[in-house]
Amino acid sequence: MNWKTLIAATALGLVVSTPALAAREILNVSYDPTRELYEQFNKEFVKHWKAETGEPLTVRQSHGGAGKQTRAVIDGLEADVVTLALAYDIDAISEKTGKLPKDWQKRLPHNSAPYTSTIVFLVRKGNPKGLHDWDDLIKPGVEVITPNPKTSGGARWNYLAAWAFAQDKYGSEEKAKDYITKLFKQVPVLDSGARGSTTTFVQRGIGDVLLAWENEALLAINELGKGDFEIVVPSVSILAEPPVTLVDKNAQKHGTTDVAKAYLEYLYTPVGQEIAAKNYYRPTDPKIAKKYADAFPDVNLITVDDVFGGWQKAQKTHFNDGGVFDQIYKPSE
Amino acid sequence: MMSRNRVIPGFGLSLGYATLYTSLIVFIPLAALAAEGISLGGERFWAVVSHPQAVASYTLSFGAALTAALINLVFGLLVAWVLVRYSFPGKRIADALVDLPFALPTAVAGIALTALYGRNGWFGGPLEALGLKIAYAPAGIVVALTFIGLPFVVRTVQPVLAGLERELEEAAASLGADRWQTFRRVLLPALVPALLTGFALAFARAVGEYGSVVFISGNMPYRTEITPLLIYSKLEQYDYAGASALGVMMLLFSFLLLLAINALQYWSLRRQGGG
Repeated sequence: MNWKTLIAATALGLVVSTPALAAREILNVSYDPTRELYEQFNKEFVKHWKAETGEPLTVRQSHGGAGKQTRAVIDGLEADVVTLALAYDIDAISEKTGKLPKDWQKRLPHNSAPYTSTIVFLVRKGNPKGLHDWDDLIKPGVEVITPNPKTSGGARWNYLAAWAFAQDKYGSEEKAKDYITKLFKQVPVLDSGARGSTTTFVQRGIGDVLLAWENEALLAINELGKGDFEIVVPSVSILAEPPVTLVDKNAQKHGTTDVAKAYLEYLYTPVGQEIAAKNYYRPTDPKIAKKYADAFPDVNLITVDDVFGGWQKAQKTHFNDGGVFDQIYKPSE
Repeated sequence: MMSRNRVIPGFGLSLGYATLYTSLIVFIPLAALAAEGISLGGERFWAVVSHPQAVASYTLSFGAALTAALINLVFGLLVAWVLVRYSFPGKRIADALVDLPFALPTAVAGIALTALYGRNGWFGGPLEALGLKIAYAPAGIVVALTFIGLPFVVRTVQPVLAGLERELEEAAASLGADRWQTFRRVLLPALVPALLTGFALAFARAVGEYGSVVFISGNMPYRTEITPLLIYSKLEQYDYAGASALGVMMLLFSFLLLLAINALQYWSLRRQGGG
């Protein structure tokens, strides 16, 4: 085939395939640890949509660090829906682009979080250092692995869970700060993201305890090293509500508002909830939660809103430049 | 007036094209970066770029990049020498291997090196027994930057070395120079410009490196935190201006250093031409 035939064939191919391109598609911009969850969920939803309406649908998925993904949407990645780690990130999209209303979080049940998670400890088999609660982590000689809160959303949850425990146990913010400072002095490596920390702990064999999302910890146990690790549930932890929402203006532009809404609502149905539970996220539907109760131990869960007055405030006080986290590493100490 | 006398036609067109191309690809993005950084205003700009944490990161970033480029200068020359001057079984494979650091995604390189130099890795274990910590220490950063910079020196020196005629060395020998003198006085001066180019490329590549370093460095504030990571953490706070300010500083330092290397190259070429 000479090149002229090739070009002609390609042009013909484009013409022929154009009608197929007209099928609608939606783009879901998400973060790293939801990769497996949405792979399964998208398949189910496409099937469900086809059965309901007869329309073929394509769901495209984008994963990466939560902060990076948020900036991509702010800078123009045309997501129809976002399913991110923090309400703070979606707030930023609303604030910087105006593509969705400020009160987006009220639009879906449970603060727009169809599934939740929490922070647990992953320790080595037999828990050789006897780590049972947050105050054990600052015992001399204990090495704690957590990613860097400046670069990782997951690490911010770890930090806030530890802080909430200390503030409650020791009674003042000053003492909570002492505790956090001591805690981070026991951290030998601050990876830039949650998966990096899991690798450091599991593959590199560094550290006595990994502070991790419950879903990451369960994944590590079931898929990376069966029998090598144990999960320890502390007395108090934090309720992580990874929120989902429609990006109104993008969906309007693509003419996908109806299907994008249906997509998010489907997360709350028993089918969506089962998929979440199977991927180690805590379902919010009480019936499904009951079914999977064995997998998710009871924890006393506090929320960011109750203890820290919301993400905006927590971010500003603790993680922005000059905040409490930065003070831990001031060299004058 | 000048252009009328050019031997090669199309000077105006090609200059115009080159200017447009470099503007689109290099100058305009850099100008946008500078504009964003300067939007902070003098006082806040200075506060961001002179923060002790930022200063510690420049020292580390540029120090590690220079060290790595120096290591590559010496060992890259050695590798190029071996590849050009000797024939041995598997030479083609060794030659191809040199390019691998170009092709490998840097994150993969970072993870592989950390696995090797970590506490339970093949090198990391024995080295740590000797009291040497590589992974999660500044030394680890140098290792990663050396890895990604190697091809630059080898690939710039190799063709020049191959082009040097053996007769030169034979002439030097017949005039009574010993082998060390031949290397120092005959070969090395001819190689200096290529070595400097390779050094500058390896250095520039290392300064901006992020992917491989974040895995092996441990990212501890003030100790093993490179400037690109600080930029990244500013972006996480949606502090675009602060991130750009640090970017501007990196550009400025890199530009000055590259300028100095170019000056050195110019000087060595002139000296060679004169001698």
